[in-house]
Order: sequence, then C-alpha cells, then structure tokens
Amino acid sequence: MGLKSTTDGLDRGPLERRPSVWSALHLDPILLLLLAILITGGLFVLYSGADQSLDMVKAQGIRMGIALVVMLVFAQLDPSVFRRWSPWLYLVGVLALIAVLVVGIGAKGAQRWLALPGLPRFQPSEIMKLVVPMTAAWYLSRHYLPPRLPQVAAGLAIVLLPMGLIIEQPDLGTSLLVGLAGMFVVFFAGMSWKLIATIIGMASVSAPVLWFFVMRDYQKQRVLTLLDPQSDPLGAGWNIIQSKTAIGSGGLEGKGWLMGTQSHLEFLPESHTDFIVAVLAEEFGFIGMALLLTVYFLIILRCLYIAATAQDSFSRLVAGALTLTFFIYVFVNIGMVSGLLPVVGVPLPLVSYGGTSSVTLMAAFGVLMSIHTHRRMISA
Amino acid sequence: MPWGEFKDTAAERRLFQRRALVMLVLVILALGGLLGRMYQLQIVEHETYTTLSDKNRVQVQSVAPPRGLIYDRNGELLAENRPVFSVTIVPERVDGMDDTLSRLQSIIDVSEDDLQRFDRRLHEPRRPYQEIPLRYDLTEKEIAQLAVRRQDLPGVEVRAELVRYYPHSVLTSHVLGYVGRINREELQSIDPVNYSGTNYIGKSGIEKFYEESLHGKVGYQHVETNARGRILRVLERQNPVPGDDLRLTLDLRMQKKAYELLDGRRGAIVAIEPKTGGILALASVPGFDTNKFVTGISVDDYRELRESLDKPLFNRALRGQYPPGSTLKPMLAVAALDSGAVTRNTRIWDPGYFQLNDGGRRYRDWKRWGHGWVDLRKAIAESCDTYFYTAAVDMGVDTMSSYLSRFGFGENATLDVYGALSGLLPSREWKQANRNQPWYPGDSVNLGIGQGFMLATPLQLATATALIANRGKWVEPRLLMQVTGDDTTDEVLPPTTHEPLKLKRPEDWEYVVESMAAVMESVHGTGHRAAQGASYRMAGKSGTAQVYSLEENEEYNADEIRERLRDHALFIGFAPVKDPKIVVAAIVENGGSGSGTAAPVVRAMFDAWLLKYSKDAPASHNPEPASAEETH
Repeated sequence: MGLKSTTDGLDRGPLERRPSVWSALHLDPILLLLLAILITGGLFVLYSGADQSLDMVKAQGIRMGIALVVMLVFAQLDPSVFRRWSPWLYLVGVLALIAVLVVGIGAKGAQRWLALPGLPRFQPSEIMKLVVPMTAAWYLSRHYLPPRLPQVAAGLAIVLLPMGLIIEQPDLGTSLLVGLAGMFVVFFAGMSWKLIATIIGMASVSAPVLWFFVMRDYQKQRVLTLLDPQSDPLGAGWNIIQSKTAIGSGGLEGKGWLMGTQSHLEFLPESHTDFIVAVLAEEFGFIGMALLLTVYFLIILRCLYIAATAQDSFSRLVAGALTLTFFIYVFVNIGMVSGLLPVVGVPLPLVSYGGTSSVTLMAAFGVLMSIHTHRRMISA
Repeated sequence: MPWGEFKDTAAERRLFQRRALVMLVLVILALGGLLGRMYQLQIVEHETYTTLSDKNRVQVQSVAPPRGLIYDRNGELLAENRPVFSVTIVPERVDGMDDTLSRLQSIIDVSEDDLQRFDRRLHEPRRPYQEIPLRYDLTEKEIAQLAVRRQDLPGVEVRAELVRYYPHSVLTSHVLGYVGRINREELQSIDPVNYSGTNYIGKSGIEKFYEESLHGKVGYQHVETNARGRILRVLERQNPVPGDDLRLTLDLRMQKKAYELLDGRRGAIVAIEPKTGGILALASVPGFDTNKFVTGISVDDYRELRESLDKPLFNRALRGQYPPGSTLKPMLAVAALDSGAVTRNTRIWDPGYFQLNDGGRRYRDWKRWGHGWVDLRKAIAESCDTYFYTAAVDMGVDTMSSYLSRFGFGENATLDVYGALSGLLPSREWKQANRNQPWYPGDSVNLGIGQGFMLATPLQLATATALIANRGKWVEPRLLMQVTGDDTTDEVLPPTTHEPLKLKRPEDWEYVVESMAAVMESVHGTGHRAAQGASYRMAGKSGTAQVYSLEENEEYNADEIRERLRDHALFIGFAPVKDPKIVVAAIVENGGSGSGTAAPVVRAMFDAWLLKYSKDAPASHNPEPASAEETH
C-alpha cells in the first residue's frame, strides 16, 4: 500500500495537457456533453410520457440538477478518498441493510427504505451500488492482480453479503445490479476464465434451486409472463404486450413527438418511469432508438476509456465496474421493455422519472470524472 | 500474502485493458442486439404492431336505438323517453369496490335502497365491462361534483341515458305495462347483437308484446378510447334505427274516466269499439306507478305493492277470472234459441225456485217469490234464474259449452293484449279430467246462470258482448291502431282467426239484442235505473258473482258480510242499440249487485264516449229515440 501511493505521488509526467477550466473543475467535457444530451432529450420524452405534465418535467429537472451537483461534488474528491472510505462505508451499509430488514419502511410487499431519526429517508441498497464495487476494488487492489483463489473468494464474499441482504427485502432488481457491480470488479481484477466458467456452470445448475427456493411467486410470474405474455393478456402480460405494441407501431420514423397513441391513451403502463423507452420508440421510431443507443454507447465508450487510462488498479476496477453497471441498466431496461428480459424494476438510466437512481448514477459519473481528472502526470 | 511486495502496475494495466476490451466487445454485441430487436419490432413487424395499436385505441361500440313512443288514438303521449343522468360503476375498472362506494357516498346521496339494488345487480350475471347503475336522476350539482372528483374514482362514470317515462303511469299501468332492466332469463333469449347497447326491455303489457317493434335496430360507432375505456372521440358512426312509434286504440280520456269511476274501489272496466275490436279503455283499479319499475323498484316499495290487500299489481281486466254470473245469460239465450231448446214463445212458470226432480234440491231464483210467467225476453230483462235453469238443463252441458266457446270463453282471443288469461269454460271432458267426476245435471243448472265452474275475465265478457253487438261478427280485442309511418298493422298484428257466429235464424240476434235493451228500458229491467234519461238506446245485462256460495236456506244479508266477502258486481252492455259504437264490461269487486253498482259505471262510460269523446260525438244531436217499448 505504502509503496504504491509513494509511486503515485512521485510520478508527475510531462505529458499532461495545459490546465483547462475543465480540469480545474475536475470535469470531463466529453462525458459531460454526452450526459447533457441524454438528460435533455430524456426530459422531452418524459414530457410526452408523463401525459404532458410540466410539473413532472420540472420536478425531474430539479432532481437532475441535484444529481449534477452530487456529480460535481464527487468529482472534486480524490480517488484515494473513495478508496480509504469504502470499507467503512461498506460496514455502515451492511448494518443499514440489516436495519432495513428489521425496521424498514416498505411499499407493495417489500421493505426498502430506512427512516433514521435526524436523517432523510433513504434506500441503503441504492448507496451499495457504489460502495460494493469500491470495497471489492479496495480489497482486491491491495493484492497482486490477478487475484488468487482465496482473494477471489473473499472478493465475492464482499459482494454476496449485501446482495443476499437486498434479495431479502425483497428487491431482486437492485440486488442483481449491486451484485453485478461487485462481480465486474472481480472480473476486471483478472479472475481466471476457468473460474468464471466454473461459476457460470454452477449458477446454471443452481438455477432450478433459485426457482424453487429463493424466487418469490411474483418474480416467477414475471419470468413466465415473459415466456408467454398472451397467457395473461390483461394481467401481468399486459405491460409486455402494450410496450411491444408501442415500440412496433412506431416504425422507422415514429408517430411524432406527443403523438404516441399507446402512451397518451394510457394503454402503456408506467409510461413515464420504467417503460419510458417505449414512448421514445413509439414517437421517434427506429431512428430515435438508434440515436439513443448511440448516445449510451458513446457514454460507455468514454467511460471505458477513462477506466483504461486510470492510473491505479483501484481506480481502474471502480471505473470499469461502474461503467458496466451503467451498461447493465441500459441493457436490462430496454431488453425488458422490448420483451427480451423479464419485467424487473430497472429504470432507463437518466431518462426515467425518479430521483434515487439518477442521483446514484450521476454520483458514479462523478467518481469517473474524479478518476479521470485527478491523474498524476505520468505517461500512460 | 504478498504484502508490501512490488506490484507490476504495467502488467495489471495490461490485464485490465484486455478485460475491458472483452467487455467492450460484449457491450457492442449487446447494444447491437438491442438495436436488432428494435429493427425486428419496428421495421419487420411494424405492420402487426400498427394493427394492434389501432385495435387498442379504436373500439366498436353499440349505440342503443331510442325506444319507440306510444300514443293513444288521439296522439296523446303515453310513453316517452327522458334523458336521465345516472352514476354507473364498471366493477372491472374499480380499485376497491367498498372504497369507491364510500367515496361516492361522500359526494352524492346514495340511499340504502340504491345500494341494495346495486349489490343485487353486481351479483347477477352480466356482460363483462357492463356498467351497473348506482343512482339515477342526478341533479346538475351532483353531476358537477362528480366531474370534479372524476380522477379519484376510476370506473365511475356519469351516463346520460334515455329512460322510459310514463306520463300517466297509474292510469295506463295495466295496458302499457312497463320496461325494466334486462334480467337473467331475458339475457338468454334476446338477440345479443341487437341488444348490445340496450339496458331495458319490455316486461309486460304493450311494452312486452311490441318489444320487437319498439326496440329498433342497434347502431355502431367506432370510438377512440383510452385504456380505461373513456371515449375520447368518435371516428365513425352508423346511427341506430329508432323503434317504431305505436298509436293505440286506447283513448286516454276514456281510460281516465274508467279509472275515476272505480277510484277508491277495486274492479275493472273494459271498453271496446265493436266495429274494430279496438280497446278504448282497459282499466284495472287500483293501478300502480310503473315509473318506479323502470329503473328498478326498491324492495320496500315492491313489498308494499305485493302485499297490499287491494292487489294493485293484479291486472283484473285481463287476469281476473270471475264467475260471470247473470252476464252470461244473453250468450246462453243465443245458445238456447239457436239450439232449439227454447223458442221466443217458450214460457215457464217461475215459483221462485227450480228443481231437477220433485223433492230434490231447490235452485233458488234471486227473486224469492218468483217471476211468475216468464218468456225469454223477460228472463233476460229481469234476469230470471229459473228460466235459465230450465233452459240449461234442456240444452245440456255439451251444447252450452260449444256455443259459449264460440263467444271466446275458455280461450285467449285477444290479438295483442299481453298476459290475458283464458278463464275457464267447463265441459264434460274438463270435469272428468280435472275433478275426476262425471258432469251432473246440477252442474248444468249452475252453468245456466254463469255460476259453478265457469270463469271469465272482464275482457272476455266484453269480447262476447261485442259479438252480440255485432250480431255474430267476430272482432278480436286489440290495442294497436297504427304503427307510425306504416299504413297497415298487418306486419306486427297477429291475424284474426275467429269465424263469425252464424245463427240458423239470424233475426234471433235482434231478439237477444232487444232483450238486452229491455234490461235497460223495461220498468222491471235490472238496468232500468242506470239507463234513465239517456238520449240514446242502450243494451245491457247485469250480473252478480258470488264470492262464496250461500247455503240453500241461508239469508243473504250484505250488511252482515264483511265488505270483502260481498258479491262482485258485474255489468255488460253496448250502445247505441242499432249501430253499436261502444261495448263495455265492468266489474266492481265486492260491489254487491250488478244492477246497483256496476250498471251506472257502464252507463257513465257510454255517456263519455257517445256524448263527449267519440269522433262523432256531435251525433248525440240526433240520437236514436229512446223506445218506451215494454217487453214483458
């Protein structure tokens, strides 16, 4: 540990470009521009998806503003701060998750919120989306990479503990996202392909176990519905049928902004939250979807570049994991809305109405910007 | 553990970059996959989903046709449709029925009756997504209050609906009947397409009989709806064909007159135009407010109607089966003359009773001391029982039964009067089959004065009387005069089936008619008092139907018998004698004697029609001279 930080501190290379406003603010202009395009476009789609409610667009705008501030704050912190704090945050996070199970507040049969006296109501699982990959990265980067089996095991344990606690709430979607964020760290750290293959093999074997002993009825129902939406066209299958209809009827050019009949006539459920991409697809067509996917791809590409050019293992692992988590959001959400994946509560990142996930995501981008702008001047 | 050992940062970086590259490839593949999925849905399967989307938003809705109106013969409106605003609930779209109901109750008045009725309908089988009305007749204020809270009340709608309204509901209750909501059995039998927008169906009376004509043809509209079924706009519309308007032979003024004549009592009056069989008035008193039944009567109101001793729901005119008593004598006179059992000159001595054989049971005449020498005319005019006892025994049951059946007894001879009963015309076979007894001569004696087994409805009595008024020409009673816009009623009115009753000596008709005139005109005629002062000639016959029979030697004392056990008073008649324009049959339940109670009622009906309401009422300027001819 000592050695590494010494090295980091000493190496100040001559290759750094001239200091700019952006580096003074610790912001990456390219990433910021892409995010701005996404958020702005998202607000237009939201206006349509939320039944042309300016109030909702305003509320979302304010949330995005807050999220931007959070990103700005995170960007100012040195990556080493995250590294040093992550184990402690992890500890607090795990305790909070346990507390949620004991005294949490819930809705629709799941306990996800924690209301501690003196603190605003919050969702500990949301914070863990950042803390778990950071803690895994903190642990693994203290060792030689690629990690050996014991370290892999310990790293996975760090990931699986909070994951299990979140499943208990139950919140399958978040637990998968948290879990994946941690797994990505282990993967990027260099976990051997053999081990990956073994784990995937074991996972597929244990799938029936999950099905029969872990998954709740409503989760099974979602999977069954995905396989055959027509089996329950007015119940659980309704969402999938309606969202596919919305997407498909959009065609190449779409029906035009605010002209989507599926969403405006209220056939499309959750048209401003999880299913908002169907609104976009219906109104802007295949062209709109191609543009959206391009923006997402460019964001991911930029973030992977940031990760690849990061200077220490911790930063690399965290940046890579957060990027792929973001990608998972995109893939799961669009996959679910277009009927490729079961319906799990994953919003379309930075477009869906709702504050919590946007703030977490922007905090993650803050971390990425921090990693990118706090590089010591060494040759890459 | 390799704490403090030098880490190969370059190697770690290369390792990461290799893995990142793998991931980048996966990301490209995955996003490419999503793009491919979009291509599949939006380009390849675009047509399919466009169709689905249109089907989603565009719905075909049925538009109920407005029900045909009903008028009386003078164009007076008897049944109309009024727009009524009601609040309805679609159970499939409500989240939490109890919650919704309690919220609604905080906005508008919902009575216990409304709730009960709603609950009953909720549990009846119905079409999916069919609205169930909760309360009718919303006020403007309530409509506004509901509109404000519309967002909080999914599945609750305010509907404007044309609902049947009977402006003279009590007067016309037993003629028009009423419509009501389609019930379980009706749901099985109606045409589901034509009734897809209809909530009401004729339950009785004209409304039931002419349901098909009144209903009309359903229309359609293509509407754009949202997922909650709220109509946003109408894209295309095919208008429904309204039901036919009907003009009845009924004259509301006569109907009102009939009702007033019986008001406060129980009874029935049927007035028929003998030329056509058209029913001028058909009153059963008391009536009831049919409007209450349209939107669904409350349990309490219904119980009150059902349990009332006066039986307002009972249609006495069509379904009240009474012993016809002496009103049957003119028809029996026709039978006796034509069968040859008596001639116009046949005279008998009436000692006040009749015996089948010496020392046998004495069948008493209403006049204890007897009528003395009696011929057929006097027997009718003074209602001599003994004469008809004798004639009945001479004719025998088979002859009587066969002739009486030609008068429409024992059958429902009406064309379009819904629910009319056929009474009971006894015969040898009937008695054997139903009582498992042979026909005794005593039964014939009783039948001779319309007592015993014989039962007839007031409408049947009027029909039989019309046959006499028409001198044998049959007219089936009917209510429909005209289907508006059509020249003929052939399409909807059933065909007539009765052959005219031809007598061997057609002049026997005049004899019987004049005998009935003598009832009104001779000093001892039972209708004499009721006919006094008339400017036209009339014919009639009184009758008294026993509510319970007297023992042989029992004295009849009306005062001692509780009111409801008193005899029913009957009277039949027609006027004018030569060219009859109106036939009336009246029964006043527990009215005592036919001549005292029912005859004035019939006279008043004659006056109303002949002197006031009929088209040629001014004809009362040159009435038939009232003949003073005394027939003894």
